[in-house]
This record gives sequence, structure tokens and C-alpha cells, in this order.
Amino acid sequence: MTDVYDEGCAHCEEMMQPYLDHVLSDAEVREAEMHLERCDTCRRRYRFEESLRVYVRLAVDEQMSPALKEKLAALRIPLE
Amino acid sequence: MERGGTVADVAEDDGTDEELEPHESEAAQRIATEARDRVRFEEEALALADQVYRVARHLSSSREEAEDLVQETYARAFRSWRSFQPGTNLRAWLLRILTNLNIDRGRRTQRAPQMQALEANDYFLYDRLSEDSNGPTDEERIVERLSQDDVVSALSAVPHDFRDVIVLVDLGDFSYQDAANILDIPIGTVMSRLHRGRRILKRELAESVAEGET
Repeated sequence: MTDVYDEGCAHCEEMMQPYLDHVLSDAEVREAEMHLERCDTCRRRYRFEESLRVYVRLAVDEQMSPALKEKLAALRIPLE
Repeated sequence: MERGGTVADVAEDDGTDEELEPHESEAAQRIATEARDRVRFEEEALALADQVYRVARHLSSSREEAEDLVQETYARAFRSWRSFQPGTNLRAWLLRILTNLNIDRGRRTQRAPQMQALEANDYFLYDRLSEDSNGPTDEERIVERLSQDDVVSALSAVPHDFRDVIVLVDLGDFSYQDAANILDIPIGTVMSRLHRGRRILKRELAESVAEGET
């Protein structure tokens, strides 16, 4: 498999973040997807970026402590 | 119940100069409605605490700092609940309080590293990780070469201005517009910081991979 990086790839790279953020127009989405269909390199890179986002989210997730939850509830203003 | 006193308090808090209602039943009804609205507000706000904490945790350097920030946020939110407009985004409203408190704490002295070289392209982390053929090679699993610690420390190494946007949009699921409102910056700035911040994050991740190899 050859890794040819052409103009289409450069444009596809520009569209990657907005594509994953779902902020491209319908026409741009079609354009990106047409390129992804025929370009294995870009497809793999998009898939990687998508996985990276999910991975980062999971890796940094940290639940709040039950003690803090109780403290917040105690901040409520009592009814008179 | 000291009804008279309560009505006076309500009138004062509303910032109006209304006289006490001549019909006590109407006054009582107002108090009851307000109490009900407030309880509902507090319950809805508390239901969002996990999400608020998650954002606070990534904006703070320690767990303790995050917990203080969240408590301060809720104390302020409960005090000023009347300024929340029902039907608007409560999560964004709470985070607006949180980010303002965070700025007030003077935490934001770190400057953005404008002079650092910007990475050549968006894919260098992928290129770096996929260079090494020992280990998983499919793109969904290449990320597993990064440890959880790598990710946590890479995110904390991203300068505040950029990290705030990543935390809100990528980890908090806020839209660009919500993030702009919360941080009080133009939407274009949200987009450029997000773009730049993600690259910085990837550069930090790539560096942690390089350090792991040496």
C-alpha cells in the first residue's frame, strides 16, 4: 500500500476536526466522505482521531466523591 | 413561620419596591410557588454535579482545588438562583459561574506559549504511534499504547486557555457557542483555541511516548 499524500488529503485533513465535531455543511461532509472512501490513509487517520477522542475522555474521567455530593446538598438553602 | 418577614425578604431579593400584599392568601401562594421553584432549581442543579465536577477537575490542578471550586460554585448558584432563566441551559449557567470563580481566583496567570512551533500537521501523533510495529496496528487500538497517566499528564500540560476549551467541548460535550458563552470569548476564539489545543495535547502525548521509549 502506498501512502500518497495529495491535495485531496490536505483538504481532507483540514476538514477532519470540524468533521468529527459535526460542524461541516452537508456538502462538505459529502466531500470528505468521498475522499475517505477512496483514500485508505486518510480513513485510517480519521479513525485514529476518533478513537483518540474517546480514549482521552475515558482516561481522564474521574468521578466526584460521595462526600462532596453530600456537601453540595448541604449547601441548599433551607425552606423557612 | 414568620410569614411577614419572608414576604419582605422576597420583595427585597427581587429588587422590587412592592408593598406587602393586602390579601394574605395571594402572598402565601407566592411564597409557596417560589419555594417550589427554588427546590426544583436546586434539585436540577445537584443532578448536574457530576458533570460540573468533571469540568472543574480538569480546570484545577488538584482534586482538593476542584472540590473547593465546585462547592463555591454551588453556594453561589443556590444564592443567586433567581437570576437563572428557566428553560435555558442550566449546565452552561453553572459552568459560567464556575469559570468566573476560577478566573477570580487568579489562577489564570499562565500565558499561552504563542512562540512555540506549531506542529506540522494534525496527524503526527498517529504517525508517531503507528511507526512502532510492536503492538496493535489497527487505528482503534493504537491509542492503547498511551497509558492513562500519559493522557492525564498530557492534558494537564496544555496551557489553561486551550485546556478550558478542550475540557468544555471535548470532555463536557458543550457546543462551540455554549463554550463561547461560558468563557465569555468569541466563538471564533473557541474554534481556534480548540484547534490549537488539540494539537498541543497531541504533541504532549507524542512526547510522553518518546519518553517512554528512552
